[in-house]
Amino acid sequence: MKSLKAIWTAVFDSLRDLLPIIVVIGFFQLAVLQQPIPNFGEIAIGILFVVIGLTLFVQGLNMGLFPIGETMAYAFASKGSIFWLLCFAFALGFGTTIAEPALIAVANEAAIVAAEGNMIENSEESLADYAQGLRITVAISVGIAIVLGVFRIIKGWPIQYLIVVGYFGVVVMTFFAPREIIGIAYDSGGVTTSTITVPLVTALGVGLASSIKGRNPMVDGFGLIAFASLTPMIFVMAYGMVV
Amino acid sequence: MLHILSDLFFVILATIWDVLPIALIIFGFQLFILRKPIPNLKKIVTGFFLVLLGLGFFLEGLEAALFPLGRLMARQLTDPAFIAGDELGRALEWWDYQWVYLFAFAIGFSTTIAEPSLLAVAIKANQVSAGSIGIWGLRIAVAIGVAIGIALGVYRIVTGTPLYWYIISGYVFVLIQTLFAPKMIIALAYDSGGVTTSTVTVPLVAALGLGLASTVPGRNPLLDGFGLIAFASLFPIMSVLAYAQLSEWMARRSNKPESL
Repeated sequence: MKSLKAIWTAVFDSLRDLLPIIVVIGFFQLAVLQQPIPNFGEIAIGILFVVIGLTLFVQGLNMGLFPIGETMAYAFASKGSIFWLLCFAFALGFGTTIAEPALIAVANEAAIVAAEGNMIENSEESLADYAQGLRITVAISVGIAIVLGVFRIIKGWPIQYLIVVGYFGVVVMTFFAPREIIGIAYDSGGVTTSTITVPLVTALGVGLASSIKGRNPMVDGFGLIAFASLTPMIFVMAYGMVV
Repeated sequence: MLHILSDLFFVILATIWDVLPIALIIFGFQLFILRKPIPNLKKIVTGFFLVLLGLGFFLEGLEAALFPLGRLMARQLTDPAFIAGDELGRALEWWDYQWVYLFAFAIGFSTTIAEPSLLAVAIKANQVSAGSIGIWGLRIAVAIGVAIGIALGVYRIVTGTPLYWYIISGYVFVLIQTLFAPKMIIALAYDSGGVTTSTVTVPLVAALGLGLASTVPGRNPLLDGFGLIAFASLFPIMSVLAYAQLSEWMARRSNKPESL
């Protein structure tokens, strides 16, 4: 009986999270565009799916993603090998980004833009090469970002100093990068961090900060995602300049 | 009905494929480097399975219900015929796009509230801060930031001003805010820029940018369609910093113990 109530609360929470989108789309469709809602049955099923999905995701988050991220942070901290911890950080950043569907989509669009701007030859092969190179560049940059972020947590450096350097890097690169690549580069910062990476990386950072003496999980534990969304901008602009 | 179920199956397969490298890295390091058994392995594997299943349902549900309508809406709202109203053929000014700005604001806010990765970070921040950072407080602060960011990004596409002006002034603003913000919020605020834009927000916002850039005269969809995600990742940093400053100021004014 108690678990039934817990399930109901979880479903209700998901429904509440979704309500704003339903209201916005409903309002614009009926009041602004003044059109009926098509395929009502299908939409109802879809919304049901989204609610089920969000509920399961939150359950799995607390059972799987958060504990594994923290367990590994503690294990690395007690093992005391900074080298392997940084290797893990790089692998996690690189591995989660290279397969990211949003990045694949952005890389393909970027290749089209580059061909349009006569930066590369407009053939299928050179487009595919360009997109592939861009994906690897971004994945490496996210790997480096997580390594840098983990190193910052170990050392306890204030995050804003590193972010200032990063911002400065973005601004300097903007003046030298080809005009066509700038929009894509700025966007690539936001698309690299997926729904599975974020909880894992967050749990890793918070776990590390709470297992290292003298670190505060709130002040030092967050910030890994911030690096992961900053370095791709710099690297993509560099890629646009080199290729 | 049947095609939704078969689509669901393929979406779950694709999600498994996306998660595979992550699982390999985690279990590889656990087995070969840390060489320790994972505590509660059964629970963690179940958790991973639930995350996969949940994301599958979530993405398929969005694709079946909300995305087609949202994308169609973005196209219709940016259509010059809709914007000009009865006086078709006249030159459009930036203020003619008021419904587009409102849509951008509303869709930015509402998709951010539904974003699973933001929810994850909010839950974690709430645990770590022992409840002083509210889950809803953070989510609403971030959502307001995304809403303002996307509305401003849409205005930029309509007027055709260079993207980097906005981004660089945004950076300067963030740095000034950092000087005055409470220390504990800074890292979290910087993080909130990256987590806002994933599964729900990106597809709808990309459709809006592309729709505008291909209908506003003088814009090139390949060049001007980008940039909305950048706005959506910059403005939450400002709104979360502002939220922390505001709560600190209000706590000081009422002389209660500091809380966010």
